[in-house]
Amino acid sequence: MESVLAVVIGGLYAAGMYLMVRRSIIKMIFGLALLGNAANLLIFTVGRLTRGRPPHVLPGELMPSLPVADPVPQALILTAIVIGFGVQAFALVLIKRVYQTVGSDDQDDLVAENRPGGEE
Amino acid sequence: MQSLILSTAIRLLMPLFLLFSVFLLLRGHNEPGGGFVGGLVAAAAFALYSLAHGAEAGRRMLRVDPRLMVAFGLMTTLVSGMLPFFSGQPFLTSLWSTFPAPVIGHAGSPLLFDTGVYLVVAGMSLLIIFSLMED
Amino acid sequence: MRHLFLFLPLLIPLVTAVLGLLAWNKPRLQRMLGVCGTATLLASAAALLVTVLKEGIISAQAGNWPAPFGITLVADIFSALMVLAAGVMGLAVSIYSLADTDRHHESVGYYPLLQVLLLGVCGSFLTGDLFNLYVWFEVMLIASFVLLAMGGRREQMEGAIKYVALNLIASAFFLAGIGLLYGVVGTLNMADLAVRLRAVPHVGTVPVIAVLLFCAFSIKAAVFPFFFWLPASYHTAPVAVITIFSALLTKVGVYVLIRIFTLIFIQETSTGQPVILAATIFTMMAGALGATAQPELRRILTFCVVSQIGYMLMGLGIMTPLALAGSIFFMLHIIAAKSALFLSTGIVSRLTGTTELARLGGLYHKRPLLAALFLVPALSVAGIPPLSGFWGKLALIQAALGTGHYLTVTVALGVSILTLYYLVRAWSEIFWKKRQGTDNDEYHHVSPTHRRQMLVPTVLLASVSLLMGIAAEPVFRLSLLAARQLLDPGSYISAVLGVRP
Repeated sequence: MESVLAVVIGGLYAAGMYLMVRRSIIKMIFGLALLGNAANLLIFTVGRLTRGRPPHVLPGELMPSLPVADPVPQALILTAIVIGFGVQAFALVLIKRVYQTVGSDDQDDLVAENRPGGEE
Repeated sequence: MQSLILSTAIRLLMPLFLLFSVFLLLRGHNEPGGGFVGGLVAAAAFALYSLAHGAEAGRRMLRVDPRLMVAFGLMTTLVSGMLPFFSGQPFLTSLWSTFPAPVIGHAGSPLLFDTGVYLVVAGMSLLIIFSLMED
Repeated sequence: MRHLFLFLPLLIPLVTAVLGLLAWNKPRLQRMLGVCGTATLLASAAALLVTVLKEGIISAQAGNWPAPFGITLVADIFSALMVLAAGVMGLAVSIYSLADTDRHHESVGYYPLLQVLLLGVCGSFLTGDLFNLYVWFEVMLIASFVLLAMGGRREQMEGAIKYVALNLIASAFFLAGIGLLYGVVGTLNMADLAVRLRAVPHVGTVPVIAVLLFCAFSIKAAVFPFFFWLPASYHTAPVAVITIFSALLTKVGVYVLIRIFTLIFIQETSTGQPVILAATIFTMMAGALGATAQPELRRILTFCVVSQIGYMLMGLGIMTPLALAGSIFFMLHIIAAKSALFLSTGIVSRLTGTTELARLGGLYHKRPLLAALFLVPALSVAGIPPLSGFWGKLALIQAALGTGHYLTVTVALGVSILTLYYLVRAWSEIFWKKRQGTDNDEYHHVSPTHRRQMLVPTVLLASVSLLMGIAAEPVFRLSLLAARQLLDPGSYISAVLGVRP
């Protein structure tokens, strides 16, 4: 299972990086989202994969019966997903504003008229 | 966008969504669920309504300004976090009632915190959704 | 009640932000809240510093979960000093914003966002948990994204997109580093990490993680070769916003670099010394050369921000108490001096309506006080005695000479001369030379209230810089204490975990 996930993570990183270097802003944002997801999956994988053993303490016991899944990576991922949600929502609002001001999705159009020393 | 199916369905689904969101919030006390998903489901209800009838109608349906929801939600979480200060314990220490309440079992300050999270998440998502739908 | 002092610098900005949200359409109330909130923050930061000086490193466990299971807040002298600096900057910028913020910014929540930014900054300084640090970083970043993009002008959009993209990449690196570290060590509490990693030689993944985190924080701190987003985005924002960004955001990056590389990755710091020093040297040079080439004041200053980051990193590269103390002193100095420079730039642009050097000139005759207000921090940044920058650089260079890093010393001195050159050139262009073209010496009218609101924080920060130069001894002694604490991770660990390792 780890090796499958490793390939998936690598694929996500590669796809994210590829999208990041595109000129289109929306694709760049998608790339960033993929990078975030790749990092989340990475946390999930390196935090050891244990299937079907939730870390519950049964009534009358002091400790869950080992081995159990580590809840910490999952909590970290949950938090990271929530944060990613916020950041991506903001990024979407931002590119909408950019599209309204510039009328284009191309990063080159954004820069063209705006060099130092150029006409304002 | 006008869709007869969506606008008819959402009228029936909306109370169900909201009820389910409160259920998720209370269930989160002991089992999977909680303020975050609950808030998202509540936001989804209003978002679908706005998709069917427009953002303006969605805002009317919500009645309160989503910004106020965020503010009150943050306030609630802050209060729940600061309660333990009165007994000299650090921020966010959970306080539990000793007698069980009906339905939810032993209530505690985490439930208050979760209610705050519910309001913040619902308010924030709606704020974003409305601002994307308008202008 | 000691733990209350640790929570207050976080609770105050949060409460102020919430109250600001409630007072959404009442700009007057929001402004008042901004100033009162930051003043309270400053007071609580001072109380925290006093407590830390009296009782040593203090820690608190959020939710009363014992470390390393819960989220820990820790304050040593270094972090308390940085929180104090955040309080001072928050207050100064809040006052300055009273005069310099337009209606549009106020209507989209400028003041609450400033508080959220301060919340993120204070949280990053006080947290003792690596993942919690990530959360504070994101809080800070979301607030800064919105503050940067707020005006909605085309060039601001361009700056904001670069800023968002680069910082999100840094966050992804940081997150990946955290994940890998958890996989290797099984904890994210910084003190616990230090305990578990100090016993074993670092082989395999640990140095890789250290490099990953170094890159992530270097992007945030604008260290060579990751600095390019800073000059590309900062100059587009309003002056009050750039001031607080340059004063606090990059410093958070430097703070975290110093913190984790003196606490957790000690072995990597000694083996990676040439890399850190090379980054230092190139950061200084790249910033200074960039600033020399710019024809516009705000761009000059943003490149200058990059160049000064190099000096702060020097202490980490040399790793002696004197060098680290120099870095800490330098950070405090640059926060005051550079912000005074930015704020006086804001006044210049308010008076003349431009920051292009070619279109400025002759301001000295009309505004001699402003000329002094620009010159004092400029000389301080360049490192002219007896101003504060001189002492910081003196300590750093002395430490570098003592350990035989002659190349670093040469570059640091050369960059100082270059800094002196471009700042004095900027000064003479703005204030001394005759104004070209339009021969009317009329300036924009600034109402007396606004003039006071802009001058008070500028004078305050410039005099902090001056005082830190004249009375350098107590501040330097404090920095030295902070540096000693940093170099003795044992006290930090025992304050968090309760046991002496």
